[in-house]
Amino acid sequence: MKETQTINKAQGVVNAPVRITGSEAIVRCLIAEGVDILYGYPGGAIMPVYDELHKFRDKIHHVLARHEQGAAHAAQGFARISGRVGVAIATSGPGATNLVTGIADAQIDSTPLVCITGQVPSHLLGSDAFQETDIVGISTPVTKWNCQVTKAEDIPAAIAKAFYIARSGRPGPVLVDITKDAQFSELDFKYEKCKGVRSYNPVPKTNMEAINAAAKLINNAKKPMIVWGQGVILGKAEAELKAVVEKAGIPAAWTILGASALPTAHPLNIGMVGMHGNYAPNKLTNECDVLIAIGMRFDDRVTGSLDTYAKQAKIIHFDIDPAEIDKNVKTDVAVLGNSKESLALLFNALNKNKHESWLQKFKDLYAIEFDKVIKDDIHPTKEGLTMGEVIAQINIESKGDAAIVTDVGQHQMIACRYSEFNITKSNITSGGLGTMGFALPAAIGAKMAAPNREVVAVIGDGGFQMNIQELGTIFQQKAAVKIVVLNNQFLGMVRQWQQLFFDKRYASTEMTNPNFVAIAEGYYIKAKKVTKREELADAVKEMMASKESYFLEVCVEKEGNVFPMIPTGASVSEVRLS
Amino acid sequence: MNEEIQSFTISIYTENNIGLLNRISAIFQRRHINIESLTTSQSEIEGVNRFVIVVHMTENKAMKIVKQIEKQVETIRAYYHTEDETIFTESCMFKIKSDLLFNEPQIQNIVKESYSRIVTVNKDFFVLEKSGRRNEIESLRRDLNVFGIMQFVRSGRIAVTKEEMKVSEMLKAFDNQ
Repeated sequence: MKETQTINKAQGVVNAPVRITGSEAIVRCLIAEGVDILYGYPGGAIMPVYDELHKFRDKIHHVLARHEQGAAHAAQGFARISGRVGVAIATSGPGATNLVTGIADAQIDSTPLVCITGQVPSHLLGSDAFQETDIVGISTPVTKWNCQVTKAEDIPAAIAKAFYIARSGRPGPVLVDITKDAQFSELDFKYEKCKGVRSYNPVPKTNMEAINAAAKLINNAKKPMIVWGQGVILGKAEAELKAVVEKAGIPAAWTILGASALPTAHPLNIGMVGMHGNYAPNKLTNECDVLIAIGMRFDDRVTGSLDTYAKQAKIIHFDIDPAEIDKNVKTDVAVLGNSKESLALLFNALNKNKHESWLQKFKDLYAIEFDKVIKDDIHPTKEGLTMGEVIAQINIESKGDAAIVTDVGQHQMIACRYSEFNITKSNITSGGLGTMGFALPAAIGAKMAAPNREVVAVIGDGGFQMNIQELGTIFQQKAAVKIVVLNNQFLGMVRQWQQLFFDKRYASTEMTNPNFVAIAEGYYIKAKKVTKREELADAVKEMMASKESYFLEVCVEKEGNVFPMIPTGASVSEVRLS
Repeated sequence: MNEEIQSFTISIYTENNIGLLNRISAIFQRRHINIESLTTSQSEIEGVNRFVIVVHMTENKAMKIVKQIEKQVETIRAYYHTEDETIFTESCMFKIKSDLLFNEPQIQNIVKESYSRIVTVNKDFFVLEKSGRRNEIESLRRDLNVFGIMQFVRSGRIAVTKEEMKVSEMLKAFDNQ
C-alpha cells in the first residue's frame, strides 16, 4: 500500500496525484465517497479489487453474501434505512447478471445504488470470453446510468459520476463495469467528487406560480386529500409534510413506499391507498374535491382503473421527476422540485384549516373496515393463527420503533397494513418490482446500516426460500436480524387470486416445506416454531428480546385472504371488504 | 391534446457516449413503439450528438416519450415536432447497370426531371443520388424499377426545426454555474 498520500475524507480529494493501480483507485474512490460497508461476491474478473479490499479492510467492510442477488438486496436495505448510497460488487458474467434483479428493483423503487462489476480484459471484449457478458447492455433499461471503463485513468471520474447520479435528484441504481486490465494498470490517482453533469438536471426549479395555484386550490377545498409516496422520504420532507397536513387539516394517505413518513398514530394519517390499502382512502379518493399527490407516481396498484380514478377532483402533483407529471393521471397543477423545498413553500401559502366532517367520513369508513376485516385479522377468535395477529404482537413488543422489512405477497400487505411506525424509513419492502426474496438480504443491509435499531424481517414461506442462502451471511456477519416466516404452506397471494378469479384451481401454489427451524439452526441461528395462538405472545417477546439474530416460524391458517381488495381493472371505489 | 395518430419528428441532443443509442431505443422498444427511421450525427455544437427519430403516434404519447428520453442522464434536451414544424428531407441512392444509360434514353430524361445526380459511372454500373421528400424518392424508384435496379438504399429522415433549439444557451448556463 502506498501511504505517501492520504485521502482527505472530508473533502473527498487527494491533494496531489499518487501512482496506484486501477483496483486500488476503485477502493480509494469508495472510501472517499464515505463508503464503509459494501456487499458482494468475489470472482475472476474482480479479484484485483478484492485484493485491495483486503488491504483496506480496516477502512471498508466487505460483506460476503451467499449470492450476488443477496448482495444487491442487502445494499438496497442499507440504502433504504439510511438514505445513503448502497454499494454492491460482483464479478463479470453470472456475478453481474445475478445483480440485475436487485438493480431493477432499485430502479423502480428509486433506491440509490452503485454497483461495480468486473469485466473480462478489454482485448477480450466481444470474443465470448469466459464469464464475459454484456452487462452494460443488459442493465441499460434498469439503471439510471451505467458505463464501462476500460482504462485505469478513467476510473475516478466514472465512480465519482456514479455516486453523484445515484444519490442526486430522483435516486436510482447505477452500474460501473470495469475491465480487468483497467484494474491492473496504473494511473495518477486524484479524486474529485462530481458536482454536476451538464446534460442532467437532477432537481427542477420549483415554480412559485405553481405553488400559489396549488395553495389556492387547497385553501378553497372542502374535501381535500393527500396521497404521499416515497418522494417525501427521499426528499427528507417528513417534517414539512407533517406541518402541511396539520396546518391545513388535510387527511393524508400513503402509498406502500411512503409508509412511516408520518407516524401511524397521527390523527390525520388515514392509512394506505391501493389494491390492499385501507377502505376509507380508496373509497374517498373518488369523493375528494382536491387530490394532492406528493412524491408518488400513480402506480396501477394505487389507482386501479384510471378511467374512474378521482375524476371529480382537481389533481395537484408534487414530484421531482418531470416524466411523472401527466404520465398516468392528468394533473391540474404540477409542482416540480424537491419535496422538502416545495412543501415548505406550500406551507407558507396555506391557510389554517380544519375539515372535521370530511375527516369524520374517513373515521366512519374505518369503523366499517374494522368491523368487517381488521377485527378478525388482528383479534381473531376462530381457530388458526392469522398473519395480522403476528404483526399486532410485533407492534406490542416494538412499540412501533422497529424497522419492518417485508418480502412480497400476502404477508407484505398484512405487515404494511398493520405495522405501527413511529420512525421514518422504517418500512423496507419491494414495492414496484415485487421481488420475492428481497426481505432476508435487505434486512441484513438495514441492520448493518442501523445497528442500534430493531430490524424485523417478515417473510412468507415462498419468498424465504428464494434467498434462504443469506442465512449464511447473517450467521457470518452476526447480523442481529429478527426473521419471522409466516408459513401458510402456499404462495398465498397467487392462491388468493386462484380462489377468487380462477375457480380455486390451485395450480402450483401449494408448497411442501422443509423443516425451517432445522435449517435456521443449521446456521446456528436461534429458532422457534409456533403453531398455537397461546404460544405466540411469548415467542414474539423472546425473539424481540434476543440480542442476536432469531428465527421465528409461525404456522398461520392456510387459506387466509387479504382484504380489502380492489380487483384488477376495477375502480378504487369498488374496493371489496370480502 | 390531439389524439389522432400522426408523424412526429423527435429531435434529441445528447452527449456522444457509447451505449446511449441502446438506452434511447430501449425506451421505444419497452413501449412497443416502432421506430420509422432513426438518424444520428454530430449537431451544430462540438461534441454534442443529434438524433432524429420519426414515429407515428398520438401527441399525448409523443410528449410522454420525449419526457422519458429527456430523463436519461446523458440527454441534454429532447423535443417533438409535427411535420409542419420541421424542414425535412431524405436521401437515396440507386445502383443501375451502365448499359441502360446508353440503351434506354428515357433514363437520361428521368435523371434530369427528377433533379437527381449521377455520383459515378463506370463500364458496369452508375450510381444515382437524390434528396427530397419520400413521395419524390418513391416516384423515382418506380420509374427506374421498370428498367431494373441493382441496388437501392434510402436514408432516414433528417430534419431541422423552424423553432429555435436553445441548446447552446443551456450548456453555457451550466458552464457558468
